[in-house]
Amino acid sequence: MSEKFEPVIVGFTCNWCSYRAADAAGTARIKYEPNVRLIRLMCSGRLDPTFVMKALAGGADGVLITGCHPGDCHYIEQNYKALRRFMLLRRTLKGFGVEPERIKLVWASAAEGMKLAHEIDAFVDEVRKLGPLNWPKWENESNPAEVLEVTA
Amino acid sequence: MSDKPEKPRVGVYVCHCGSNISGVVDVEGVRDWAQEHLAKDGVVISRDYKFMCSSLGQELIEKDIKELGLERVVVAACSPHLHEKTFRTASERAGLNPYLTELVSIREQVSWVHTDKAVATEKSKSLVAGTVERVVYNTALEKLKVPINPNTLVVGGGIAGIQAALEIANGGFHVYLVEREPSIGGHMAQFDKTFPTLDCSACILTPRMVEAGYHPNITLLTWSEVMSVSGYVGNFNVTIKKKARFVNEELCTGCGICVEKCPQQVVDEIYEAGIGHRKVVYTPFAQAVPKYPVIDAPNCTFFKNGKCKACEKFCPTNAIDFAQQDEYLNVEVGNIILATGYDLFDARRVTNYGYGRLPDVFTSLEFERMCNASGPTNGEITLRDGKTKPKTVGVIHCVGSRDKNFNNYCSSICCMQSLKFAHLVKERTGADVYEFYIDMRTPMKSYDEFYQRVLDEGTLFVRGKVAEVTNAARAEHEKGKLIIQVEDTLIGKQRRIPVDMVVLSIGMEPRADSKQTGQLFGISCSADGWYLERHPKLDPVSTMTEGVFIAGCASGPKDIPASVSQGAAAAARVLDKILQKEVELEPIRASVNEAKCSGCRICNNLCPFNAISFIDDLAITRINPALCQGCGTCVAACPAGAINGTGFSNEQIFAQIDGILTLAPARSAGVGL
Amino acid sequence: MSDKPKFAMYWAASCGGCEISVLNIGEKILDVDANFDIAFWPVAMDAKYHDVEALEDGAILLTLWNGGIRTDENEHLAHLLRRKSKILVAFGSCATEGCVPGLANLSPVSEIFDVAFHTVSTDNPNNIHPVASFEVPEGTLTLPTLRPVLKTLAQVVDVDYYMPGCPPEPHQIAAVIDLVIQVLQGKAQLPPKGSYIGCGASTVCDECPRERNVKHITAFKRIQDVAPLDPNLCILEQGVPCNGPATRSGCNSRCPRVGAQCIGCYGPAEGVLDYGARLITAFASVVDAKEPAEIDAILDGIPDPTGQFYRFNLADSLLRASTKAWKR
Repeated sequence: MSEKFEPVIVGFTCNWCSYRAADAAGTARIKYEPNVRLIRLMCSGRLDPTFVMKALAGGADGVLITGCHPGDCHYIEQNYKALRRFMLLRRTLKGFGVEPERIKLVWASAAEGMKLAHEIDAFVDEVRKLGPLNWPKWENESNPAEVLEVTA
Repeated sequence: MSDKPEKPRVGVYVCHCGSNISGVVDVEGVRDWAQEHLAKDGVVISRDYKFMCSSLGQELIEKDIKELGLERVVVAACSPHLHEKTFRTASERAGLNPYLTELVSIREQVSWVHTDKAVATEKSKSLVAGTVERVVYNTALEKLKVPINPNTLVVGGGIAGIQAALEIANGGFHVYLVEREPSIGGHMAQFDKTFPTLDCSACILTPRMVEAGYHPNITLLTWSEVMSVSGYVGNFNVTIKKKARFVNEELCTGCGICVEKCPQQVVDEIYEAGIGHRKVVYTPFAQAVPKYPVIDAPNCTFFKNGKCKACEKFCPTNAIDFAQQDEYLNVEVGNIILATGYDLFDARRVTNYGYGRLPDVFTSLEFERMCNASGPTNGEITLRDGKTKPKTVGVIHCVGSRDKNFNNYCSSICCMQSLKFAHLVKERTGADVYEFYIDMRTPMKSYDEFYQRVLDEGTLFVRGKVAEVTNAARAEHEKGKLIIQVEDTLIGKQRRIPVDMVVLSIGMEPRADSKQTGQLFGISCSADGWYLERHPKLDPVSTMTEGVFIAGCASGPKDIPASVSQGAAAAARVLDKILQKEVELEPIRASVNEAKCSGCRICNNLCPFNAISFIDDLAITRINPALCQGCGTCVAACPAGAINGTGFSNEQIFAQIDGILTLAPARSAGVGL
Repeated sequence: MSDKPKFAMYWAASCGGCEISVLNIGEKILDVDANFDIAFWPVAMDAKYHDVEALEDGAILLTLWNGGIRTDENEHLAHLLRRKSKILVAFGSCATEGCVPGLANLSPVSEIFDVAFHTVSTDNPNNIHPVASFEVPEGTLTLPTLRPVLKTLAQVVDVDYYMPGCPPEPHQIAAVIDLVIQVLQGKAQLPPKGSYIGCGASTVCDECPRERNVKHITAFKRIQDVAPLDPNLCILEQGVPCNGPATRSGCNSRCPRVGAQCIGCYGPAEGVLDYGARLITAFASVVDAKEPAEIDAILDGIPDPTGQFYRFNLADSLLRASTKAWKR
């Protein structure tokens, strides 16, 4: 890897708005940071906090969640449920020492390719500043035994 | 996590898309990497091809499915919204369930938006890995089929809605045509002539209105509004409020005596654009369909202070009914067409043009009414005083359009409408006409010829955006005139042109309530407020919501021919659906594992489609697959993990996350404790 | 020694409640004695590690292991007993999912020691701080050393069965012992390896007699602030964060039956990857608000969400520890 830290970000997009916003950004050849890998869900309401935990535990430095604008949900109002989960998830992750800024919720309609691109750029920048998360793999059993620490 | 099933045989296909993908992504590199590194996930073949979506590309996949016994297919190409169907159909032809094929968007999400080849290739690999790991958990699904209700709801009785309703009704199916004004006809009914042929607008519109009014397959619901919509494609349930007309339609003959006898007159802000009057009991115009008048209750003397009842006294059929109440109708329809039209830009917002302050500044709609022989001036073009004929008229284009302060878009009709005005002024008054334009846009059939004609008629064209319309004279010849201050960009000079009358060619705007209406029908608006098409080029009358179509200006400014075409196109789409008799629904559905459901009822408030119900006897929750729309909110919510969602199961998403992070540096660095 | 099968029980990083719960099965303990030889059970009888080491591999039929793996001694014993046992059961919440000792995974070791030896609540006049090895005239004394984080038994060795609960309910322990005896007598079969035993597959609500309705929560409250608690209505519906909807059944909804919210000691339901995530989404789902400010106000009623959602399951969650515990 180069010396400059490039965060890996997993994004969860709603099929109807933000995934199409990504399509729109592509069609319009709007350039944005390549750090985000999107996973399509049918709705931001499908976002299980487990997905975020799994992404962070699996090496992501940040997680982007995108959905339709409030009031514009393809499924009427499920994005509000996503919002509530997102808010409680961020509070919970704080207890794990995960900076709330590593989890971002963006509303983007299918027409907002430009907005999505800008939001991705801003988010990548923010996570870049926070530095790597590097969640441990918890697999290395033969680590040298930690000694009791003696306080000064 | 549960053990992975026996690894199915996966084929990976990486598309060059000409050079669209391969220009930025090392396609061969992705192909080789998948072959080598994803073999552990079941990849048995990885290929690249110039155009995977071509018939040869598809045949390649079909051949591999048959000869290599592929059980899963991953195509790395464009967005699934473009070609998912193509490749799933190809797989199906080769005997593989379509839902075992997945697309990876390495064009829209990689090659078109990134420039660094190494990084783009790396990202493509990650995305492919994610989808390969996911597809292992895909299960064969069958589409759900539900019958389609052959009735259609058309919302909006302008020309687009009328056209759509007639096409469907003529096809033999029933239409509910809902219009919130007392008559159908829409904006077209207000116009005098139509460009470029100069047909009389009413002459070509009213036969259609009458046809719609009397059509046995059309239930016309004017003075009505849609209050709620539930259900889904094929089976919508719609509640319509029929506002009280205070006129019994069964008894009314449309004789017009009530209108004649009504002593109360008010300014008609809608049909006459504020320059004419109407009675309090009224039909908006003589050719209104239906012919029944309405009583404008807030302005009616009887409703205000309990006296008058002139209309009731004189009505020969006792049709006046002051006790009439709003009525609510429930109708069931299979498809919906929204032809809700547009609002006009409020010219007062451009304060420097003086509309509302300078009497002889008119809007284009006021001017239309003035030109109309049945309008308030009987077709005479006069100043605001109603008698003085203008000697010079200035027509200003792009008012509220193509302007960063207001709307960025072009309203598309204003150039032609302004040219039409120039012609009408010339024809009726002989006055000099100046057209102030930014660019002339006359692209459709016979439009530019009309422009030539108006040029030949001697209309003067000034290219430049008007800075100001003022009555502050600086010179003798400006006194008593409206002075148009403009930079004539063709000669590079500021000019002050005195005129008697100014017509502002105001642009179109989305309906003020378009967002709420969109929410009612479950469709969304673009940033500037017009309804969003499923695809702006290839599917312009469909929306993201199955069974809800859009036509006319609801999706953006259009002229009459385009609106009519869209109405017909939407009707064709609906007829197509009706004739299929049943609709195939994506089998993306949630279901409850009843053994694991504890009946906690956490999910019970989550479904806006009422698919979730609690079975009291068993103390468990169930999901009705026909009502479920597949959003997955309940799947994500179940605290017991008892709800599964097909197509997007936890296992699929977990595996995709794992795959996508295969190449994450933290992973390869192997931090461990 | 008789030729009865051998039984072992070991107490690692845990409170000891599991050991007591085994005695809570009452006279059923006599069946254990009748059917097994106690090979190793430090809390009940004297035995030395070297006695265990001297056994042949697989010599012990059944080992009930309670406690998480916090020290190198825990880890050593886990490997040892794994080797010596045919059936190794993670017994109780600590062994299966880390339990309350696992909550220490939110803090670095230094902080744990600081709190244990040097806070105001600790009487340590000489400011003594333990060290791993200490020279005395007779030689070197050693103490077990702490791992940076606590692990569950399965994160260290292969586990055959899991028995959740803090502690497991006596009737469930008795049932499992009965089952093993029946297997010995050839009357029953062992469940598939990796199964959770002594519990249900659904969640606490399944066994809870309280009335449940569609939930719209406008405020989360602590249970002592709800007075009086309706004895018949779902506790969560009354605004008290009850973990029952996400917690594995098997305890017969012991806490809700006596008017206390479930705190989640039986861990996640079958097949759930992350227990806390289930509670996050469950509680968020019933919050009755749409505006961020309103939602925030309601969520303020859960002042320690990480503790609320991961009290028992932290060490077995997807993240397993806080950055503070492992980031250096």
